[in-house]
Amino acid sequence: MSPSGILLLWIVSLVALGLFAFRVRYLLGLLRLGRGENRLGGVGRRLAAVAWEVLGQRRLLREPAGVLHFGIFWGFVVYASAFIFSLFKGLLPFLPYPMPEEIGPVALALEVFGVVVLAGIGGAAFRRYLLRPPRLEQSRDAGVILLLIGSLMVTSLLSSGFHVVATGHASFLWNPVGTGLASLMVGGGLAPSAASSLQLTMWWLHMVLVLGFLAYLPYSKHLHLLASSFSVFLTDLSPRGRLRTADADGGGPDPLNARNFTWRELLNPFACAECGRCDRVCPAQTSGAALSPQKMVHHIKEHLLEAGPYLLRGTPRNGHYPELVGGVVSADELWACTTCYACMERCPVMNEHIPLIVRMRRYLVTRGEVDARLQDALTATSRYGNSFGQSPKTRARWTQGLEVPVKDVRREQAQYLWFVGDYASFDPAAREATRAAARVLHRAGVSFGILYDGEQTSGNDIRRVGEEGLFEMLAEKNIATMQKCRFDEIITTDPHAYNTLKNEYPEFGGTWPVVHYTELFDRLIDAERLRPARRLGLRATYHDPCYLGRYNGIYEAPRRVLRALGADLVEMPRNRLNAYCCGAGGGRIWMEEAAGVKERPAERRVREAAVLNGVGTLVVTCPKEITMFRDAVKTTGHEEGLMIKDLAELVEEATTPEVSGHA
Amino acid sequence: MNIAVLLSMVPDLVEELEIAPSGVALDTQWLRYLLSESDDHALEQALLLKERYGGKVTALALDRGEAEEALYTALARGADEAVKLTGIPEEGWGKRAAAAVVGAVLKESAPDLILTGVQAIDDMDGHMAGALAGILGLPFVGVTRSVDAPGAGKVLVQKEYPGGMAAEIEVDLPAVIGVLSAPQPPRYVPVARIREARKTRTISEREAPSVAAPEGLVIRRLFKPEPAERAEMLDGTPEEMARQIVTILENRGLVR
Amino acid sequence: MSTSGQDVWVYVEHLKGEVLGHTYELLGKGREVAGALGGRLVAVLAGSAVQPLASTLGVADSVLCIEDAGLAEFTPEGHGAVLRALAEKDPPRLMLFGATSAGMDLAALTSATMGIPLVVNCKEIGIEDDRVVVTSQMCGGKLLGEVETGGNMVALTVLPGAFPSQKGLSDRAPTVQNLPSPVPLEGVRTRVTRLLEPEAGDVDITRAPVLIAVGRGIQRQDNLPLAEELAGLLGGAVCASRPVIDQGWLPLTRQVGKSGMVVKPKFYLALGISGASEHVEGMKDSELTIAVNSDPRAPIFDVADYGVAADMFDVLPILTEELRARKPSAP
Ligand SMILES: Cc1cc2nc3c(=O)[nH]c(=O)nc-3n(C[C@H](O)[C@H](O)[C@H](O)COP(=O)(O)OP(=O)(O)OC[C@H]3O[C@@H](n4cnc5c(N)ncnc54)[C@H](O)[C@@H]3O)c2cc1C
Ligand code: SF4
Ligand code: SF4
Repeated sequence: MSPSGILLLWIVSLVALGLFAFRVRYLLGLLRLGRGENRLGGVGRRLAAVAWEVLGQRRLLREPAGVLHFGIFWGFVVYASAFIFSLFKGLLPFLPYPMPEEIGPVALALEVFGVVVLAGIGGAAFRRYLLRPPRLEQSRDAGVILLLIGSLMVTSLLSSGFHVVATGHASFLWNPVGTGLASLMVGGGLAPSAASSLQLTMWWLHMVLVLGFLAYLPYSKHLHLLASSFSVFLTDLSPRGRLRTADADGGGPDPLNARNFTWRELLNPFACAECGRCDRVCPAQTSGAALSPQKMVHHIKEHLLEAGPYLLRGTPRNGHYPELVGGVVSADELWACTTCYACMERCPVMNEHIPLIVRMRRYLVTRGEVDARLQDALTATSRYGNSFGQSPKTRARWTQGLEVPVKDVRREQAQYLWFVGDYASFDPAAREATRAAARVLHRAGVSFGILYDGEQTSGNDIRRVGEEGLFEMLAEKNIATMQKCRFDEIITTDPHAYNTLKNEYPEFGGTWPVVHYTELFDRLIDAERLRPARRLGLRATYHDPCYLGRYNGIYEAPRRVLRALGADLVEMPRNRLNAYCCGAGGGRIWMEEAAGVKERPAERRVREAAVLNGVGTLVVTCPKEITMFRDAVKTTGHEEGLMIKDLAELVEEATTPEVSGHA
Repeated sequence: MNIAVLLSMVPDLVEELEIAPSGVALDTQWLRYLLSESDDHALEQALLLKERYGGKVTALALDRGEAEEALYTALARGADEAVKLTGIPEEGWGKRAAAAVVGAVLKESAPDLILTGVQAIDDMDGHMAGALAGILGLPFVGVTRSVDAPGAGKVLVQKEYPGGMAAEIEVDLPAVIGVLSAPQPPRYVPVARIREARKTRTISEREAPSVAAPEGLVIRRLFKPEPAERAEMLDGTPEEMARQIVTILENRGLVR
Repeated sequence: MSTSGQDVWVYVEHLKGEVLGHTYELLGKGREVAGALGGRLVAVLAGSAVQPLASTLGVADSVLCIEDAGLAEFTPEGHGAVLRALAEKDPPRLMLFGATSAGMDLAALTSATMGIPLVVNCKEIGIEDDRVVVTSQMCGGKLLGEVETGGNMVALTVLPGAFPSQKGLSDRAPTVQNLPSPVPLEGVRTRVTRLLEPEAGDVDITRAPVLIAVGRGIQRQDNLPLAEELAGLLGGAVCASRPVIDQGWLPLTRQVGKSGMVVKPKFYLALGISGASEHVEGMKDSELTIAVNSDPRAPIFDVADYGVAADMFDVLPILTEELRARKPSAP
């Protein structure tokens, strides 16, 4: 290359890198507005996450379209590496290595990936513009990137062709595409000298495109190319079911803005690829409620870019900083979330939506902006320790009528402390299942006791609606009560209680092992302490509760129990980590119906179960689901065809010795 | 505007009510006393007025049951001062006696506006708001659903009537208003705020002045109505059953 | 106050030129009590241009009719001052008020200004050896108190519906005594500036005294007029369980229950409602509940006062017809 060419390349490179650095520095400044949060422990696990999610593209591949992204991604990696070598060689010609495309295997890799990427882009464009999948943003940025990557590939492949024509070195082995193109070009009458200058033009075009892209990247949605690896690396390694405490929330500035979030929370919008995966699995979004997790993340970015300059300067705009909640994010959106974790399970860049939502809910609660029913539930809980507003003395009323009285674990030692939870104690439909569970435990000779009026609601949902002070009060009271009791393990039928007892109470000093009744039943059957006396000849499907499955990874214990009972288990299309939420979680069960809902999540789920061939029973393992699904079978007209059964009821039925003979 | 809000504690109906051995009082051992619902609305109404027009809100409570909790909550919600009247007999007073005591205190502090609930579930020998107005000789309107203060020296209230009707009434200050409900439900205060109020704010205490107890009534007994366990099933042909329903409605004065 | 007569006074409530139905309940009971005390029953009618209303008060021995422009609209202060002046001149034994918006205010104020005892929310009034013994309802009906009043003047507020209104109706023309206001009313510090009609828009079911509630048993939207007609006859409104709302047959403002309204009407008629806890939560504090359900084991019968185990379409038309036939033409 001529000296003037080298100079030009230097200028172009410096301008591009300058623009790039300028923007990145600004964005980092925005992140630094947030509060501190330590995300550096456990480097090994973090690297593993990067390997799986970034290099392996694991979550992307859960949707078929992920294959396209996989191809584009790896093509991009190969090209980016080659580009860096090219650029340095161009800037510093004395470097002792040839241009990458002059190395046979590298050239082959570039050509192969060039074709793969072009195919990927063609596929992506087809999907984006012709198939138009729901909830995929049709942004200008997306078109630009497809065009750009496409041009890079085309320029590079053409360059290879010109190279072959110019040098006359045809190596079909290393340059299959180039050689093919070259024969076309020669056929078209291209002279080697012209080819040589065309090749140089292509090279320049390639360089300028890439450098231009580099400068453009941090200003566009393709920031995710840059931020997502960090987002994955800086993922939350604490248990999924543990929310961060709100200690610093109280003193945050009013109105809510970037300063109330941690820097990692502010990173979410930068990492977002606007792929719509979260929206497609979100029960709030798919049922028609105001919430779109994708848009919410995006709106936080908008807010950050709007409020950021003022916050960085420390001078409000017209007397106050732009508001986030009530500004770009509405209260309706925030209350619609069931905290089901589907979005976080799906998000390929490991964005953390729920902490954002809870953070903003906390802000609403601080201002007293809660709907009337939620307010009733919160007031009742702070006064009576249960959201039903019942006298604490009636908490253990469900035990009335059991043949064997239930121990008071505050007075008598027991192996298991049964933390019953609000719904299992007070809800009439759930109470039947609670009694069945008690009878099964007696039958298996398990030593257990309950706290009677000493139990308060665990606070899982209280915490998730954002009433952190009340949650802490409940946790402290429950832990103080349990510390006075003698037992080995906690058992509960309620996945919500299970989650908070297991994952959140340790931070408040309650460090007991916790088991879900499905796990214990599984163990008891295994140890033959529970012996099914007959096979239940039913065809059933099983609904994974969010707080048992996605949150705590308990998928197989309930299924093993069902099979041991002789049930013929048929899976719904969305099962295990893809299970669709029933709509009760995150405090939604206390709130008014979200505006705009066309089909409630529970109804959608019931319909999913009802169409399974020959399935007559939907098995649940969460007290709230009994109410949710019994209601939904009525409203969808499946009352006749689909029975809602708690696992405990089935276990009781199967382990009841037959009275009369049976062939 | 100086607003005084009187908060009374009433039995919590979530707990089973028990009659004391004397037969003429509730058994306070098992009883829980919490803020009366319409007093809660009166407080909300006071805070709304303060937010709109400025002024000072003083919450006043007779020391019984969760009075302290209610006063700290009032402070957390935005009240400026909280006063607890101590020296109340355990079983409390009747409404007339309580009004006499509170009346003596309010006569001294002479607020511009006194707000309290128009009724409480344990009212038997009177209603606090009206009784206070009578004792203090102040103008009075009760059963209000909103109180506004668009001009100086007076308030504009809406008093509810049956069938969704209401009257708009102008009341000269100082006055006593018996609140049925505030224009918006009492706001939620997060537990953290109340805990903070407990740490940073103080409730002033005041010995209840002694006043002559009003006379004239003797409580013979308190009792619980017979529980209607399950519906009484009507029987007969549809005609007969329909007629029985009509008779029940007539006996209850429901047929117009 | 040591000397009082044996008369029973009833404060007559009226709104927009009509005596409120509850007043007849007071008159009916007042008639009985006055007889037992050996006194007269006096209806106190205060207002402006209210004399025509006196003709409906024939049960009373006499009607004290006080007319003054200053009494045109009810204010506790104005009407209270008049009542007090009258009672000081000729003290009755009993003053009966409705436990209503106006009655409560007036009774509380009059008791305090005159220094006479008051018992509120009475659902029973009896005379034992010249003593007036009343039963007051407290704690949302969970507690009753039996109270004996001394030999002097006492004021009572009476729960609407505690006594039948028929006994307060009469064709007799009462003796009307027309009086000017015994006190000047210029200095009254409360002034009604206007009357507000119910807000336009849908019915507020939380305020309706009678609710006819329909559940899935109503089957089709076409059947709703059956319930609406009944509601019209009883001066109430139609509300529903969630499935009916979900169908879009009635607006969401009519839903009773967990995710709807909490209602406490005087009368709740549940038609074809099973009684799911989510529904019951919204209506369990109704004063009187009657349930009609074809399933005799429906849980709604656990919360209802009276149950009818029958097809609602058999019972409803007859009920409507009976009520229409009974609709009194006078007041
Ligand atoms: C979170 C949540 C919130 C909810 N909120 C509410 C709420 O606010 N309000 C509410 O109402 N529900 C609510 N529900 C729904 C509730 O669980 C019940 O599904 C609902 O109340 C049932 O309504 P229903 O009684 O009309 O219908 P059903 O339960 O189907 O009962 C119909 C009844 O009609 C009777 N019947 C049928 N035909 C006739 C006839 N010809 N004559 C007489 N009787 C007949 C039947 O015997 C049956 O008992 C909620 C549920 C959930 C899970
Ligand atoms: S947690 Fe569930 S409901 Fe909430 S935003 Fe994510 S997917 Fe939607
Ligand atoms: S938050 Fe995650 S799943 Fe949702 S659009 Fe962004 S990248 Fe996709």
